Amino acid sequence: MPVWLTHFTTTYLMWNEGPMIWGSDVLILLTMLGIVVTLTRLRRWKWLWREWLTTVDHKKIGIMYLLAALIMMFRGGVDALLLRTQLAVPGNHFLSAEHYDQIFTTHGTIMILFMAMPFIFALFNIVVPLQIGARDVAFPYLNAISFWLFFFGAMLFNISFVFGGSPDAGWVSYPPLSELGFDFGPGENYYLLALQISGIGSIATGINFLVTIFKMRAPGMKLMRMPLFSWSVVAASVVIIFAFPALAIALALLTLDRVAGTHFFTILHGGDPMMFVNLFWVWGHPEVYIVILPAFGVYSEVVATFARKRVFGYSSMVLSLMLISVISYFVWAHHFFTMGAGAGVNTFFAIASMLVAIPTGVKVFNWLFTMFRGRIRLTLPMLWTIAFVPCFTIGGATGVMLAAAPADYQYHNSYFLIAHFHQVLIGGVVFGMLAGMYYWWPKVFGFMLDVRLGKIAFWLFNIGFYVCFMPQYALGFMGMQRRMYTYPTDMGWGTLNFISTIGAYIMGLGFLFIVIQVLYSIKHGERDLTGDPWDARTLEWSLPSPAPHYNFAVIPTVTERDMWWELKERKETDRLKLKSDMITPIHMPKNSGRPFLMGVSFFIAGFGLVFEWIPIAVLGLIGILLSLLFRAFEYGDEHTIPADEIRETEAALGRL
Amino acid sequence: MAFIEYALHGRVANEEKPLEYQDPEQSIKILGFWIFLATDMLLFGCLFATYLVLRTHTDGGLTAKQLFDVPGFATETFLLLTSSFTGGLATLAMRNRNKSAVLAWIAVTVLLGLGFLGFEVSEFAANVARGATMQRSAFLSAFYTLVGTHGLHVSIGIGWMIVTWIQIARKGITRVTARKLFVVNLYWHFLDVVWVFIFTVVYLSGVVM
Amino acid sequence: MHDKAKKRRIRYGMLGASAMTLLLSGCGPQYMVLDPVGPVGREELHLIILSVILTGIVIIPVLALLVFIVWRYRDKPGNRAPYQPKWSESRVLEVIWWGIPIVIVGILGYFTEKTTFALVRPPENNIAPITIEVTSLDWKWLFQYPDQKIATVNYAVIPTGVPINFVLTSDAPMNSFWVPRLGGQEYTMPGMAMRLWLQANQSGTYYGHGANFTGRGFAHMNFNVIAKPATQFYGWVQRVKSTSHPLTRAIYAQLKIPSVIGTTQYSSIPPNLFNGTVWADGGKYMPGMLPAQGTGSNSMKHNSTQ
Repeated sequence: MPVWLTHFTTTYLMWNEGPMIWGSDVLILLTMLGIVVTLTRLRRWKWLWREWLTTVDHKKIGIMYLLAALIMMFRGGVDALLLRTQLAVPGNHFLSAEHYDQIFTTHGTIMILFMAMPFIFALFNIVVPLQIGARDVAFPYLNAISFWLFFFGAMLFNISFVFGGSPDAGWVSYPPLSELGFDFGPGENYYLLALQISGIGSIATGINFLVTIFKMRAPGMKLMRMPLFSWSVVAASVVIIFAFPALAIALALLTLDRVAGTHFFTILHGGDPMMFVNLFWVWGHPEVYIVILPAFGVYSEVVATFARKRVFGYSSMVLSLMLISVISYFVWAHHFFTMGAGAGVNTFFAIASMLVAIPTGVKVFNWLFTMFRGRIRLTLPMLWTIAFVPCFTIGGATGVMLAAAPADYQYHNSYFLIAHFHQVLIGGVVFGMLAGMYYWWPKVFGFMLDVRLGKIAFWLFNIGFYVCFMPQYALGFMGMQRRMYTYPTDMGWGTLNFISTIGAYIMGLGFLFIVIQVLYSIKHGERDLTGDPWDARTLEWSLPSPAPHYNFAVIPTVTERDMWWELKERKETDRLKLKSDMITPIHMPKNSGRPFLMGVSFFIAGFGLVFEWIPIAVLGLIGILLSLLFRAFEYGDEHTIPADEIRETEAALGRL
Repeated sequence: MAFIEYALHGRVANEEKPLEYQDPEQSIKILGFWIFLATDMLLFGCLFATYLVLRTHTDGGLTAKQLFDVPGFATETFLLLTSSFTGGLATLAMRNRNKSAVLAWIAVTVLLGLGFLGFEVSEFAANVARGATMQRSAFLSAFYTLVGTHGLHVSIGIGWMIVTWIQIARKGITRVTARKLFVVNLYWHFLDVVWVFIFTVVYLSGVVM
Repeated sequence: MHDKAKKRRIRYGMLGASAMTLLLSGCGPQYMVLDPVGPVGREELHLIILSVILTGIVIIPVLALLVFIVWRYRDKPGNRAPYQPKWSESRVLEVIWWGIPIVIVGILGYFTEKTTFALVRPPENNIAPITIEVTSLDWKWLFQYPDQKIATVNYAVIPTGVPINFVLTSDAPMNSFWVPRLGGQEYTMPGMAMRLWLQANQSGTYYGHGANFTGRGFAHMNFNVIAKPATQFYGWVQRVKSTSHPLTRAIYAQLKIPSVIGTTQYSSIPPNLFNGTVWADGGKYMPGMLPAQGTGSNSMKHNSTQ
């Protein structure tokens, strides 16, 4: 082999590192080949471009987010299993320190930013316009850009595994550890640029949905008539808008340190690492509320539907959502009680953190009393919601324990903390997202998911969860710190770690069953012909499943909360029935390939910057600039659907 | 006519509002832009916070007082404030549907903006010549990044103004171009406000300290 | 349906119970946090127990209610429990569940405040404290005894019953200094000198470890804190002074190079090594960060001329 090729394969492809990399390379190549061959043989390239890559339809964008989130959950889950395998027994050599460090970094980053975020955005997109009676979001073109920025950000992050090396400074990436002096590989650059790119998309999504909900509600849908999921999107969007700029700055300044040689967070020349820690958590703590608030919204919808009862204390629910989003800005320092902020500051942030428990607790009681004197159907979404309550309550309680600053001195960075945040993030966010996925699945795809397989997945995942994480609380009390790639035998941590690893594998099995369930149901799932398979309450269930691409042939006029349910109760659903002469032509936004190409350009620019290959970065930036310019001169980005075509579509759906 | 109009169910163009707000689709875009400005303001807020933390961290290099050149930043301030005013005049002319006045005022605004940028670039170049590079100390890193980010915003604003100028020249003043002009001017005024903070927090307090 | 709900109830009941047992009764020496040997750790444990009890006041009724409600109001033909689909407001109930958490947070907040302020003061006022300056390096711990003028690596010896004033910094990525059986941790950060009061009332060897990730060698950043009666402590100091080599700046520069090493000790320390490090790493920008004269640290004069 020529020298340059050896250099390339060692430095960038890391072929000297052994079978794990080779295996991944082969798998990636096979997958890509498989996709190309399948698309070519089925002659689906045009279909892919027309129906998906260029789409601005919120429902399709939602589906793409959902798919991406599930794939990322798989990647993050495999990371988790590798970590747990390494920790199963003391003194293990399954992974080296370097690999372990990379894997816990990618596990955390992927799960928060490339799994939880797209999962909530999937539900934002799938549900909000349908729920508030709109035909799309306020800015469909921007919505597509958001998705492709997320997508290519995630791609950029993931290729680090096989090209150049993964980041290894933890998902919080504190300097000076993440500075050039201690971490000179491209991995950290990948982290910074991938998060930056997808973060821009997240800010745009926050703006988009806030405007959508404020301006595009159907006539008569006053704010206090709005379904609670949409309210939770308002709360989450507000938090996104206020929190993500801090992340953008934290990442940008660290990037400057690494790429341009500045001294924001370095040890020497006056840099201040603490500044990064502050900026990071000014975003980081609100971020966990960003992902949990939509889950709260899902629970509110699911509980009311499957208890066949109005949600209890609607105004309280709205108030607590908004309170949580406000308080979320005043708690960030609880991530570093142990960084010498002083007793006064610590006390302030301790009490502020405990305050979050109040509106959250209120929500739990309201959900309980929604079920009280209802009629509870234990469907899949409801099962996940019911499982959420104990899991999140215990996680919330350990959260309050952590908020007591002096006690936190003993929990900080220990497995107690690990157990706590996995319990609230899995028990709160993942359960919520899964409940939401099961709940709206028939609305999106037009068929039901198999119940039996879903229940197996549910029980495996839940039992696995407790087996995995309860021992970790105990390990925290036993003094085990997070992020150790191995531990000695004499600490007595072996047994509990082994149990925890078993739990992780049971959870993995649970995830596998979800995948099997989806695949099985695609073929055998029961079709939903009613549009309202759950006998639900809100506007989206008045539409056929899946909804036509213009959503509402005629925008309904809303007269009350839970209108669809109330109309059914009073047998007045005819009020929403279409009449031929009501239908007028609809203008819808045109598809565009530019958001996709812009994502590609961001990817190229980010990739160039990771390796500081400036010409490539400039090429990407030119691409971004061109997409902006072409958009500026674009007039008439909408097309008209003639009334007759709508009549035909609706008649075919049996609604006219 | 747009999908939004139908979504708003019969809420059609409202002639009583200012031109840029008459079409609901355009008025929604303006709201979206306001929210974007809020995020941009927070972006600058974080940069200001960083600057305030690091401004004494000079590592033996030049301090703010030694670095800042009063006539230089006074001129920059004058140019940018004036350009914000002429930008406002362009909006006024747009509401009066006076196309040639709009084009003229945008041109003046762009020229003033370019003047501002010119002074800023020469200020930076002079600093670098004195050894004050952004790699020299944390203070200088924070200074160049804060002021430079504003400068980058101004550059984007100038490009955007030119793009808007071309569109108004070609399409005249419509509800769409009116909104475009209004939005770019919002952006421009916002940059002006940010500059006022830079002027006081960075430059004035720098030379006084 | 019924059967499954019952199973779930049993399962959750058992889980809740076992979690509580783990928390409250697992106080063997392996459960270091629950078995403190000094006043600091004990005070923190009291707060932990209080927080368990207070949060228990909410979570136990919630779990019980959940089980009861899901079972009683399940959708099953012939279920005669009341069904009120429109009942969705109750001022009284809302006041209760806004009120109770507020009271609980109030109580816990009060005790948190008290403990937080208590822990920044020495645990014992009548006994003269000993200062130990701790520097975390990649991937080792350097302990300097400014009063005794000795230093150790990867272990520290302390006298029992004496408050120890740990002054913490890092000359590498930030770490966190944690000795669970003595009490909670505090970060070691470059350019900052942070203080952590700890005290051991029992002789023994106590496990300590860096708690914040610092890269490849992080998992090996363990150290022991050995508590001995005061007389033995001073005997040990004399032994170190007479049998070890001095710590020089050249040796310090070697310690700074990333590596994993065992334990060592040094008979003397170079003047101003600790404060000089803090100063150079950014301490000069933080007025009041360096400990004042009189705590046994080296003179500050050298700093100001740097």
